[in-house]
Amino acid sequence: MFEELKRMESTGMKTEPAVPAQSRAARRSHGHVFLLAERCKGCRFCVEFCPRQVLAMSDRFNSKGYHIPIVIAEERCTDCKMCELLCPEFAIYVVRIEGEER
Amino acid sequence: MTEAQHPLDHLLRADRLPHIWCPGCGIGIAMRCLVLALEELGRPLDRVVVVSGIGCSARVAGYVRLDGFHTTHGRAIPFATGLKLANPDLTVIVFSGDGDLAAIGGNHLIHAARRNLDLTVICVNNFIYGMTGGQFGPTTPLAARSTTTPYGNFEPPFNLPALVAASGAVYVARWTVFHVRRLIAAFQEAIAKKGFSFVEVLSPCPTGYLRRNKLGEALEMMRYFKAQSEIRHGADPAEAGIEMGGKLILGKFVDIERPTYQERMRKQLAMFFIEPYAEKVREEIEAEEVES
Repeated sequence: MFEELKRMESTGMKTEPAVPAQSRAARRSHGHVFLLAERCKGCRFCVEFCPRQVLAMSDRFNSKGYHIPIVIAEERCTDCKMCELLCPEFAIYVVRIEGEER
Repeated sequence: MTEAQHPLDHLLRADRLPHIWCPGCGIGIAMRCLVLALEELGRPLDRVVVVSGIGCSARVAGYVRLDGFHTTHGRAIPFATGLKLANPDLTVIVFSGDGDLAAIGGNHLIHAARRNLDLTVICVNNFIYGMTGGQFGPTTPLAARSTTTPYGNFEPPFNLPALVAASGAVYVARWTVFHVRRLIAAFQEAIAKKGFSFVEVLSPCPTGYLRRNKLGEALEMMRYFKAQSEIRHGADPAEAGIEMGGKLILGKFVDIERPTYQERMRKQLAMFFIEPYAEKVREEIEAEEVES
């Protein structure tokens, strides 16, 4: 994650989400990510393959001792459902929130 | 925390989750793709049966909220054959692993393809016998290490799409568990296809295969699937062999039409059975021909 940020900085890409509140993007439809922590086995597929880096690994454990992911930037989520589709454990899902624009 | 519900829980035996598969195992993804494909196809789910043999992948029959049949080792296809012939209106899906389908049940696989039975066979290929402790199997790539090939495998593996296509399957595709959306589409096509359809699903086995070959965690394998996959629809499956660390040829290799086992059986037997029965079968066949 840190290396990725460094790489993005060195190539001049913006690192922070460029979505101020009330902007056009904020009014679009987006996703709300739910985690079922007790089902997670910490494989990190959702973190790695989220195209918008919405998730990161946390240092929290579930009761089985697996590291679980955490939602760090839900405003970037576009409801593509990649995390939901790639989760082998049925432990994460996305609910679409309709925006004002369609 | 409130009791949250996954949107697919109504298609799964959610009380049995979390399942037994290792962290990073791809079988869960393949199972999700199957239930999603079934849901989107809109078939009545009480007329769908999942048949599986023995192995990690074969556990799927016990986790989906459908009629399931967990059969003896390698005999998923014979059980499914009987089920389909006795109940022609059922949608019968065989979901099993490479060891179960291609080694112990290898003969059944090629003969079901030869007969062109109306089955959908989903083969999760993780390159190894996972459940029994990581022995090499019929799909283990050359030079791969396993508990029974500690100095590297020297037996050439089966190329499953080529094997099944040569045996006469009408639909043959290969995807990985990374290509989820294409996998769902492939399952839908395979289930809707009349005749023997076969989908090979490449999946990481972090415990049995990756760890012994020092290939890292399942995530590394997923990155490999992402980077090294080449989608070639209609490619000759004989050229789609798998080498360790090499390119993976994915896609829909075969999609043809052939008369199914039941169509041939009825046509042939109608010529010999007593007249009233033959007449009835002839009428049925004619009615079907008019429909199609």
